[in-house]
Amino acid sequence: MKFNSETAVKGVLTVVAFSALASLLLIAVFIFKEGFPFMLKVGISDFLFSSTWNPQAGQYGIYPMIVASLYVTLGAMLIGAPLGVAGAIFLNEFVPPPVMRVIKPTIELLAGIPSVVFGFLGVMVLAPFIREHFGGPGLSLLAAAVILGIMVLPTVISISSDAIGAVPNSYREGALALGATRWQSVHMVTVKAARSGIIASIILAMGRALGETMAVIMVAGNTVKVPHAVTDPVRTLTANIALEMANATGMAREALFATGVVLFVVIMILNSIARATLKRRGANK
Amino acid sequence: MRTMRSALFVIGLLTSIVLLTGCGKPREGITLAGSTAFQPFAEKLADHYMAAHPDVAITIQGGGSALGIQSALSGAAQIGMADLVKLPKEADALKSIVVARDGIAVVVNPANTLTGLTLEQVRGIFAGTIRNWNEVGGADHTIAVISREAGSGTRSSFEQIIGGVTLTADALIQDSNGTIRETVANDANAVGYLSHGLINEKIKPVTVDGFSCGEQDIQSGDYKLVRPVFLVYRSDARPACQAFLDYLLTAEAQDLLHQNGLIRAN
Repeated sequence: MKFNSETAVKGVLTVVAFSALASLLLIAVFIFKEGFPFMLKVGISDFLFSSTWNPQAGQYGIYPMIVASLYVTLGAMLIGAPLGVAGAIFLNEFVPPPVMRVIKPTIELLAGIPSVVFGFLGVMVLAPFIREHFGGPGLSLLAAAVILGIMVLPTVISISSDAIGAVPNSYREGALALGATRWQSVHMVTVKAARSGIIASIILAMGRALGETMAVIMVAGNTVKVPHAVTDPVRTLTANIALEMANATGMAREALFATGVVLFVVIMILNSIARATLKRRGANK
Repeated sequence: MRTMRSALFVIGLLTSIVLLTGCGKPREGITLAGSTAFQPFAEKLADHYMAAHPDVAITIQGGGSALGIQSALSGAAQIGMADLVKLPKEADALKSIVVARDGIAVVVNPANTLTGLTLEQVRGIFAGTIRNWNEVGGADHTIAVISREAGSGTRSSFEQIIGGVTLTADALIQDSNGTIRETVANDANAVGYLSHGLINEKIKPVTVDGFSCGEQDIQSGDYKLVRPVFLVYRSDARPACQAFLDYLLTAEAQDLLHQNGLIRAN
């Protein structure tokens, strides 16, 4: 009886584990099957590197959207990563534990706020602010980056803070015993020891920023044009799919799947770069 | 063993709930899908119709005019809603009626002092050849052009009527009539276009060639930015569906549309 239930549980868990893998595989196969023939038809370099997107006239250039996705993600990381890591360090090293036990769950609550609410705040508060103080239409690359930067904060803070919390106290004591100040012990010992966790938090946050759609559609302005200033409106790859999905038929629909293929590849490239960096750093230790 | 029994009990309970809620009087289902501009009006009409005919359940979905035609073709919806100047070729296989006419208003922020534009100026603004409000008699500010996404029925009608322009690459894109309204209401230098039934106090429609997007100028044919709202359906539509379509053309339904800001079909 015992043996049977063991194997049964093992079997069930295996099936469940593989179903996650299988759905990922199915999604990948489906997107490629729908999108890749289209890319060959239009020409891969035309699709990726021409700048005119007008599906009604048969022009499918997504270069401005690739650039926009990368800029928006980079901008979100420039805002979210330093703030998040600094917040995590502060919470772990400079705040008494009882206070932290209150603050940390509060920050994690931020992760539960739906993206449409962030988008709404962006449209109502941030966009008019940018329009008045920096010029441009307000709905812009900058607005999208700031909103996403805030949205990724809980991811960065909670994972970084777990990593910092996992650094053994003996490290800190060792540093202090050698005459290091508190700040020296934090940035020379604790943060270095927690580095891989901090980088992992930033990778995850990057994935979220690149994939976020709703909030970006609301605040980015969705203009298909390579941005020349941070106040220019942009359209990201995800926004393009969501915006035109409803009305797209025939070639235009295939073009959106092809956009999905590009997004998929961009995410895989970013992830592998991040993983490679992580591994190299680990080897250097 | 006890957990097993309680699990079975829960499963049995859930199954019976599902089975029981399935019972009751069968209601005839009609699904409408398509144009987001006509969607709120269709919902009002459906509510009225269902109040008088409790045996009919009408579902209204958005998705855009192109999707409306697709759904009617595929049978995913019994009736497709499309507000286009002309129905596309693939709709030839379907029957269609014109249920109403809808003006497309060119709208600006209430802070804008401008009250009217010519069709030529509208074309220039959306094509990107006119970039500053002072070129059309307004203040010295860059024009923020707001448009709908490619494939939108409102956008393709608008572009066809103003004369086949290619939209300026600088235009901001919003994906519904509602978000166009919000964007124009929030930006003092914005100009956009939307279904005239959706105008409210937060935005200001301008006259085109001296005619306002109001009922009188639309009825007389002077206001040019008008498109019909088509309902498309398969020729083998069920009687309940046909009855609803007939209702839409009755004086009562047309009055209701009219009260809510649309123009009568005939």
